[in-house]
Amino acid sequence: MTPSTIELTITEEDRRIATLAAAAVGLTLVEAAIPLPLPGIKPGLANIVTLVVLYQFGWRAAVWVSLLRIVAGGLALGTFLTPTFVMSLSGGLSSLLVLGLLVRLPRRLFGPVGLSVLAAFAHIGAQLGVVSIWLMPGVNLVPLLALFLGAAWLSGLVNGLVVANLLEKKP
Amino acid sequence: MKPVLRLLRPADWLVLAVSAAGIGLLWNRGSGGDRVLIKQEGRVFLETTPRLDREIAVPGPLGDTLVEIKAGRVRVKADPGPHQICVKQGWLMPGQVAICLPNRVSVERGASVYDSLNY
Repeated sequence: MTPSTIELTITEEDRRIATLAAAAVGLTLVEAAIPLPLPGIKPGLANIVTLVVLYQFGWRAAVWVSLLRIVAGGLALGTFLTPTFVMSLSGGLSSLLVLGLLVRLPRRLFGPVGLSVLAAFAHIGAQLGVVSIWLMPGVNLVPLLALFLGAAWLSGLVNGLVVANLLEKKP
Repeated sequence: MKPVLRLLRPADWLVLAVSAAGIGLLWNRGSGGDRVLIKQEGRVFLETTPRLDREIAVPGPLGDTLVEIKAGRVRVKADPGPHQICVKQGWLMPGQVAICLPNRVSVERGASVYDSLNY
């Protein structure tokens, strides 16, 4: 066999990111199987992985894991490049942005729960923005806002508690 | 309960409390009054009262979406879209919106507020 001219060196970090992204994709797929009351309301379990990665390996790794999860999850669920994918990407990017800023705040004051809740708000906020600007312009989303934000609050809280618990066990 | 609460830092509490208060305020803020708003392609197709029984055909790219108003209630009776999500939603609660996305029709039931004449 002709040896390849391209040298791809796989670092330990690459393997770690791939493993973690695979875990996140797994959670995304499990979540897709759960019947949900309203489109747009879901627990966002994969964000547990993103947050743990953020705390343990830094923001860059979290961005990698999150984006790989969104793309691979989109491919696996057959939503790649559909509006659903755009929603997922916009939510993911905005929550990563918020997490990147919040993680610099003092750890003694801001724990995983605060970050998780605020990232969940950023997530649903960006998604509602995409809906109102691109998908359904002119539809009055204000009556639904409380419902979506309430769901984000609850899932952010639960996910944040899971993350805090995981980090405590394995510092 | 104790070990779970220990995981929360001071600012976490603040974030939770402030956002919960904000959501509560949003939740209680009724808007619209007693009315039915039908939109097509984002433009207001018809604004009417739920007190007048009738059926309205809203033309969209796939065909007509049939909106039924009966006994003060509103629902999407029939829609040419494939998933029938807005039809399955049934009668709308005040503040609810039924969206027939493929046909680009939305039906909005205004939230009920005090009727100043009768209250």
